[in-house]
Amino acid sequence: MTFNMKKTNEFFLQYAIYGVLLILIAAIAIYNSNFLSINTLRDILMQSSTRVIIALGAGFVLITAGVDLSAGRVVGLAAVLSASMLQVADYSRRFFPDLPYMPIWVPILVAVIGGLIVGLLNGWIVAKFSVPPFIATLGTYVMVYGINSIYFDMSPNESQPIGGLRPDFTEIGSGSIGTGPYSIPYIVIIALFVAFIVWVIFNKTRLGKNMYAIGGNINAATVSGINVGLNIIIIYALAGALYGFAGVLEAARTGGATNNYGNMYELDAIAACVVGGVSTTGGIGTVPGILVGVLIFTVINYGLTFVGMNPYWQLIIKGLIIVAAVAVDIRKYISKK
Amino acid sequence: MKENDFLLEMNHISKEFPGVKALDDVTIKVRPGTVHALMGENGAGKSTLMKCLFGIYKQDMGEIILDGQKLEIHTSKDALNYGISMIHQELHPVPHRDVMENIWLGRFPMKGYGPFQFVDHTKMYSDTAALFKQLDIDLNPKALVKTLSVSKIQSIEIAKAVSFNAKIIVMDEPTSSLTGTEVEQLFKIIRDLRQRGVSIIYISHKMEEILQISDEVTIMRDGKYIGTWNASELTTDLIISKMVGRDLTQRFPERTNVPGDVVLRVENITSTNPRSFKNVTFELRRGEVLGIGGLVGAQRTELIEALFGLRAITTGKFVMNGKEIKIKSPADAKKHKIALITEERRVTGIFPVLPVMENTAIANLSAYQTPYFLLDEKRMKGDAIRSVEKLRVKTPSTKELIKNLSGGNQQKVLLGRWLLTEPEILLLDEPTRGIDVGAKFEIYTIIVELAKQGKSIIMISSEMPEILGMSDRIMVMCEGRLTGILDKERATEQEIMRHATLYME
Repeated sequence: MTFNMKKTNEFFLQYAIYGVLLILIAAIAIYNSNFLSINTLRDILMQSSTRVIIALGAGFVLITAGVDLSAGRVVGLAAVLSASMLQVADYSRRFFPDLPYMPIWVPILVAVIGGLIVGLLNGWIVAKFSVPPFIATLGTYVMVYGINSIYFDMSPNESQPIGGLRPDFTEIGSGSIGTGPYSIPYIVIIALFVAFIVWVIFNKTRLGKNMYAIGGNINAATVSGINVGLNIIIIYALAGALYGFAGVLEAARTGGATNNYGNMYELDAIAACVVGGVSTTGGIGTVPGILVGVLIFTVINYGLTFVGMNPYWQLIIKGLIIVAAVAVDIRKYISKK
Repeated sequence: MKENDFLLEMNHISKEFPGVKALDDVTIKVRPGTVHALMGENGAGKSTLMKCLFGIYKQDMGEIILDGQKLEIHTSKDALNYGISMIHQELHPVPHRDVMENIWLGRFPMKGYGPFQFVDHTKMYSDTAALFKQLDIDLNPKALVKTLSVSKIQSIEIAKAVSFNAKIIVMDEPTSSLTGTEVEQLFKIIRDLRQRGVSIIYISHKMEEILQISDEVTIMRDGKYIGTWNASELTTDLIISKMVGRDLTQRFPERTNVPGDVVLRVENITSTNPRSFKNVTFELRRGEVLGIGGLVGAQRTELIEALFGLRAITTGKFVMNGKEIKIKSPADAKKHKIALITEERRVTGIFPVLPVMENTAIANLSAYQTPYFLLDEKRMKGDAIRSVEKLRVKTPSTKELIKNLSGGNQQKVLLGRWLLTEPEILLLDEPTRGIDVGAKFEIYTIIVELAKQGKSIIMISSEMPEILGMSDRIMVMCEGRLTGILDKERATEQEIMRHATLYME
């Protein structure tokens, strides 16, 4: 009898986050049944798309028992970089007035590589100088914002929001396959594709196995002959590239960019990861968990706005969920008396 | 016998962990003012029993009676308040604070008015000085703990126990990292405490110590109570046979390996750390088990970690199969078919939150690499399952998290991990530490089998019977220097001890 109790408890603990998501949706739907519609679903998925990509990057780092605070600023850098090179030719305040037309993938690649370089720097500082990830990425967080602001402030732009983006670019962020209620936004498909790639890396590659091993026990990883430093550098770099890509999508989705894009996104991403079951002590975390974590926060944002709740109250609820989710989750790993 | 003949009674204690019955109806009764030794092999349940007493675990069944009163102990604080103190084998002081703060941590003397309470450092100092005087401990209460030796830190712990007015002090392997003279000092303190009516529960593996210091001995095996005897009735052999529960001759498998040609020659290597090993030269043969004996601090672990590229050397070289090789990292060592199983299984061996599968495959991932970055999962899983079967790891499946396995099974998984890399040389650092008797025998069997297949094994062991029972040759170290290599015919416990203490004053 007691044994069954234990089993039941474990089951609930294991799937607690999915329960939280369902309860949230149910509660909002009871309050306003219009919530359950195909439009709502599409909006929520769209709003989750870029967040998912950032959270996957954050998850990469968290599973190695690290943390990456630079995520949001890298999103801003990549948004500005890509937007500055993808304005229509006849726009009055072009960032580069004489920039010739470029294939769309060139600026996107530049922005993603920008993110990758910041990630490399993060990983290098952490791996080579043993600077705690929290501090290393706090440093790059500040630096990247500085670099982005200098770029953004260059003449003739001088800190004006970058607008007039090319339609083929904004189409990526706002277009969809098909029209009407059953259309599927490109951005959702892209996010799912990225999630699939990350899932493959986590589960099917050496890098993924090494990532779990480094987070699970860094000493044992070293003794197993894993090049811990190199793996950490690659992981931070990949995370940086993901933030960069998310920044590009943010620019495309909103049709513009400023140097403040992505501000504090790293906190949402880390919160989504821990709510989604990524252990802050490392070694534990799954892609589906991270996806659900992100969805929970989008549902809260979207749903509570939908029912007309004061946005400040939303913050309080968000904060409570972060703490509660981790408190419940951590029970799985606390050794029992 | 009257009820109150005993200061402490733990009656019919049982404790079960998932899949393991750690304690099965264990009883221990301690008389006032005596030293009561608690003995048993690793994994016999001694620590678990003491953790129940100290409120770290809660027993599933049974009762704890102190001074005729039944106790409910939920936390370590409860235990301390009842007068039960514990000196852990691994001491956890606060290194950057001073001695007196460590003693009064959590119950600093305070002074002040009303809500304005401050720590009373003067009283803390005088209380500490008085305590040390009473116990004859020569230590400055204001010394920083990180500057002190292990034995001094231990005496701080003892002083702390006394300051709680402890009636019972549990000492878990208190001499494991002490030198001979430090042990004598400890024994003097123990005798003083006994004089003053304090009872000591003394956990140790060292027979001579037990027979020297204890009044009564309780022996456990596999979580069960075997019996309690007066120390005067016992001899080393008697204790061992009761602890092991079988004839001593069966402790090791029959050795059928035959050492062949030299595989590895280590020439005159010296550590970059001046306090570590110096000028060590030896040879390792194919199919040989080479034991390394010595005391704590002999730098044996450092030596074999250098062979694995975890520590740097200034001079000397490694010659493998006639060719000089460089070993600068574990990756180099792996390339040259050298494997290491470290002493601290939990710290540098297992990945606790990962499944047995990943734990088995992790050192051999390069072998499963396919083009396009993906791993050949089928082969990886197959290898893991075969490894688990071959080494008879007791686990529900390879998906089980390794932290849920017993120490012996974890060790087998680690052996499996390195056997997948098809090593020629296996470095084993205390391969049976913390493993129960049955699993030990299995590990020994695996080692002999590997040697028979032509693999060469270097095994560090601090257990005399183990090193004598398993090695073809035994090299002994003392304070970083190689003091002798003994053939198995010539090796005795006395010979090893003589070499292990050669350079000590």
